[in-house]
Amino acid sequence: MPPREGTYGLLAEFDTPGDLVRAARQARLDGWRRLDCYTPYPVEEAAEAIGFHRNKVPLVTLVGGLMGLVAMFLLEMWISVLAYPLNIGGRPTYSWPAFIVPAFEWTILFAGLSAAFGMLALNGLPTLYHPLFNAPNFRDGATTDKFFLCLEALDPKFDLVETRAYLTSFQPVSVVEVEY
Amino acid sequence: MGTTDLKPNDPAIDPATGEYRVIAPGQTFRSITEKIAGIVLTPTTPLGWLALFGVAGAGATMLLVAVTWLFLKGTGIWAVTQPVAWGFAIINFVWWIGIGHAGTLISAILLLFKQGWRNSINRFAEAMTIFAVVCAGMFPLIHTGRPWLAYWMLPVPLTMNVWPQFRSPLMWDVFAVSTYATISVVFWYIGMVPDFGTMRDRSQNKVAQYLYGLASLGWRGSVRHWMRYETASLLLAGLATPLVLSVHTVISFDFAVAILPGWHTTIFPPYFVAGAIYSGFAMVLTLAIPLRKFYHLEALVTERHIDNMGKVLLATGFIVAYGYGMEIFMSWYSASHWEAFMMWNRMFGPMGWSYLVLVTCNLAIPLTTLWSRKLRTSISYMFFISILVNTGMWFERFVIIVTSLYRDFLPSSWGTYRATKWDYMTYVGTLGLFTALFLLFVRFLPMIPMSEIRMMLPGAKITAKTTAEAGD
Repeated sequence: MPPREGTYGLLAEFDTPGDLVRAARQARLDGWRRLDCYTPYPVEEAAEAIGFHRNKVPLVTLVGGLMGLVAMFLLEMWISVLAYPLNIGGRPTYSWPAFIVPAFEWTILFAGLSAAFGMLALNGLPTLYHPLFNAPNFRDGATTDKFFLCLEALDPKFDLVETRAYLTSFQPVSVVEVEY
Repeated sequence: MGTTDLKPNDPAIDPATGEYRVIAPGQTFRSITEKIAGIVLTPTTPLGWLALFGVAGAGATMLLVAVTWLFLKGTGIWAVTQPVAWGFAIINFVWWIGIGHAGTLISAILLLFKQGWRNSINRFAEAMTIFAVVCAGMFPLIHTGRPWLAYWMLPVPLTMNVWPQFRSPLMWDVFAVSTYATISVVFWYIGMVPDFGTMRDRSQNKVAQYLYGLASLGWRGSVRHWMRYETASLLLAGLATPLVLSVHTVISFDFAVAILPGWHTTIFPPYFVAGAIYSGFAMVLTLAIPLRKFYHLEALVTERHIDNMGKVLLATGFIVAYGYGMEIFMSWYSASHWEAFMMWNRMFGPMGWSYLVLVTCNLAIPLTTLWSRKLRTSISYMFFISILVNTGMWFERFVIIVTSLYRDFLPSSWGTYRATKWDYMTYVGTLGLFTALFLLFVRFLPMIPMSEIRMMLPGAKITAKTTAEAGD
């Protein structure tokens, strides 16, 4: 965990997604690694610009779905064959085609819950406090119509004065220092 | 078709395609955010909202009375008896769950097909789904007569050592409907998380900031978060698509697996699914048309949406018509005396009037007039059609259930079906409950997904020039 004092980073505000992507791409090329973009809607180009290409949500979903499938099928099998065998019109106790429907439903159920909660967990949400909320222009900006690039203090290249000058070279609307 | 019947310089029409625009021109990120969030973030509740909520609340109260009396006296207060052992409860169950399906279709299937126009209407269509499932889910429970024993349907260890029977479609229904309700709620909530962030940042009221802040889970719009969020949304859409088809298929199995003429047919799964989408889109129109008028959302829910929904109604209406036709054909082609009698009795027997209502509301009026673009973009006509189709689809379920049952194999056991006041009170009560829940949604939650609308504005596009200048 980083120390919760001092500077979190420098936050540059842009008016258009194009300006943000240009700045983010250049920062990545110049060797910045601890950086993030904040946008009011998904901007795929910005994610690519900061080198974020793939995520683990599909894998989590697949594993969850398979768990649901196996769990329900085994449950049905155990109930119908071992725990409580019923003779329904002489059908075999292990009548697996009839078990497909609930097993399918649980595949969807577990996969869907894994996708949703897995996404939140990978994003580290819920995080009700974040230093960025201290920036005066961040709230009602990042969730409405402004585009932000944040260079974080944890990056070895970070220097309060030089980084501010560097960010200003992209002609942002403003550059503000964000404190913990 | 074409634009000949429209004004050539109408700003609502895109000159490049000749189609109505999905979003009216002149909107910015801030203007749409202010518009949508402003509906919720105002201390004044419109008088019309209060009046309607009063009426809907009275309906919900009536439901409470009807259900309380039912629990005290048992299902004998309803009209269900031999030979019509399934009555209003199952009709309403199938009707409500069918209405819900359009919400999932709009939010999931149209997302996968990249139909951008869905963005304006998907949030309240999903809300409609959830509230419809709430109403639908109640009926099988109260229909059992002993709802306090409903947990017997779940595979849980009980002291009686009794377990459910997984070979029955009624058991499949338990899993289909409960999964559908859960996934719909999750999809709806995840869709709202970024918008809750907007509401948190825009609200001036401390309590609202706190509550929207909690609901937003601390959303801050990081692009890494957005990318995972987009993946999860796509996956949920991909999962909800087979789910929604399976739910109504399983419901149709409740009928199709029985050996009763009129139910025992293989056309039921696709025909039920198409019927569900037909009635659901009608309900979306019933809700969207007053909403866009009273909250002045004409710039976001445009004629294009009404027109497109008219086209979906037309297409699904024809699938439903094919289903009706195939039922009639099979009753003749099967060469079964019982099938043929059932169909004759359904159309011309003492309850033939219900079949006539069904054909008029579902086929005769919508499928002949929805071809006209002028009528499809006429708001009042589409509202009329939506009410008509909702009525027709309710009667479809009435026809399937009652007219298949009331004259069975043995003439001595023939009977009829006449709903009691408790049946009507329960049905009208669920309409009240649905409306009340929907009004609460409109008042407290953002009814149009702001983040998705932002993506559709011209300002959201990143030009090729930007990419070239970045030097790669």
